[in-house]
Amino acid sequence: MQFKSMIISNVEVSPGYWRMRMTAPPELPAAQPGQFVMVRVNEAIDPLLRRPFGIFDVGIHTPAQTGAAPQPYLEMLYRVVGKATSMLSALHETDLLDILGPLGKGFNLGSPEEEKMIVGGGVGLAPLYLLAKELVKQSSVRLFVGGRTRDDILCITEFERLGVECYVATEDGSLGESGLVTEALIRRLAACDGKPRIFACGPHGMLNAVAGIAAQGGIPCQVSLEGYMACGMGACLGCVTPGHRHSGEAPDYRCVCADGPVFDATELKWEA
Amino acid sequence: MKPDLSVTIAGLELRNPVMTASGTFGYGEEFAEYVDLEAIGAFVTKGLSLKPRAGNPTPRIVETPGGMLNAIGLQNVGIDAFTEKKVPFLRTVATPAIANFFGNTIDEYAEMARRLDAIPEVAGLEVNISCPNVKQGGIVFGTDPRCAFEVVTACREATIKPLIVKLSPNVTDIVSMARACADAGADALSLINTLTGMAIDLDRRRPVLANITGGLSGPAVKPVALRMVWQVAQAVALPIIGIGGIMNARDALEFILVGATAVQVGTASFINPGAAQAIVAGMETWLAENGVGDVKSLIGALEI
Repeated sequence: MQFKSMIISNVEVSPGYWRMRMTAPPELPAAQPGQFVMVRVNEAIDPLLRRPFGIFDVGIHTPAQTGAAPQPYLEMLYRVVGKATSMLSALHETDLLDILGPLGKGFNLGSPEEEKMIVGGGVGLAPLYLLAKELVKQSSVRLFVGGRTRDDILCITEFERLGVECYVATEDGSLGESGLVTEALIRRLAACDGKPRIFACGPHGMLNAVAGIAAQGGIPCQVSLEGYMACGMGACLGCVTPGHRHSGEAPDYRCVCADGPVFDATELKWEA
Repeated sequence: MKPDLSVTIAGLELRNPVMTASGTFGYGEEFAEYVDLEAIGAFVTKGLSLKPRAGNPTPRIVETPGGMLNAIGLQNVGIDAFTEKKVPFLRTVATPAIANFFGNTIDEYAEMARRLDAIPEVAGLEVNISCPNVKQGGIVFGTDPRCAFEVVTACREATIKPLIVKLSPNVTDIVSMARACADAGADALSLINTLTGMAIDLDRRRPVLANITGGLSGPAVKPVALRMVWQVAQAVALPIIGIGGIMNARDALEFILVGATAVQVGTASFINPGAAQAIVAGMETWLAENGVGDVKSLIGALEI
């Protein structure tokens, strides 16, 4: 789908991290957790390409006290890293954006008896809130969230409101435990007496570690990847990532946008 | 009265002069949700080779001011998978599908031309002798007029379908390349492919692309493309398909004015998957507003 979307709100939730709510077509609330949108931040040729953003949340927005009709909304959580995201953060209520989506393949939610473990790092939390919202309908859900400092830990209250148990770790110890979030994950997995399933999104190093932990324990694990993409729909082939059989002699590439962005961790090639 | 947008190029009758460029439109199917394929003149599929190709390592693309660099490395499904999995879709669309292809050797080029000639759903062939991102094939044939002549001659002998040759801008003399292709029996020329460029990550002191260099496309290349189409149109009698940074109807009409009979829309489809269709609509509006009844009257109508 391609649509024009009007910004409802655009707020800085932590230094450098923004959350934008905007209007969406009626079909959008059916987006799967893990899918993404491609956003054109302006009409000019700089920046030229759209930027991909995970879908943080979808729902029905009821305007406060205006009497206006409820309207489907889309939310993105983004970090200002360059020109395009900086321009995005300067936009205001009623500004319009051109959006393509929902695109890509989302998370497989698994079965109700599993204990769901969500692992997020920094802005990697972006596609995980909608996932948590779906998962809490059927299973107990734990969120393991990590960052360099407390500023990188986002939207915990929202997850807690869903009934998700949250474990926080920061590398500088400014919030939660000091160290890497994967340590908290390992401890919980050791204490888990049921069937766990892992979902993760964040920096590549973190995903690599989580995939390793999952592989060691024989635990189903899905990861959501980021990629440099021009089109978002499998045409440019710019965003590919190595699949599990990949080698220099026999390349095996998967398209992040169209084959993913969510992959079973066993499908991908990880560093040893 | 509605302006007449129809053109004939390389024996292909097109309802309008707007095509999509190879490598920017998948195999057509990917865009069906966003474009009425029957509203555009033709579409060109991703460059095909005899065997599937995996392409280059990542990063493969980077944005640059007014453009993008890509070093995909001709990743494609190969002719067998194309025939089996992609051709059935082409059968459902009443718009000419042009297959772009390449080889590592002249024999491979000819073999590809033969294989594509046998597929009824392929309306025309576009020979890629101009990809800057692979060591073998492509650019080797696209920078030496003698090699270009040989490869086009071999393809010409292998097909009776419309044969379009896609030229590289990475040459000192585009006209001699165009002449060589014309002499070898090409029905039309498409130009330009991407311009070889680089992007640097200063802080890491490394090139951004894994391939080090890539092909520049987008609005940044339009002036170069216009110049080359104009030069070739002056010198060679073959019809030309203009390519390079076409983002809107005005851009497309500028190419027609300098001598192109048709255009291909590339990078614009990444930004707006419906770009080609929007350009058709914009051309129609411009022609109507300017009292031009037939787009053919604008071909090469540049006043100097």
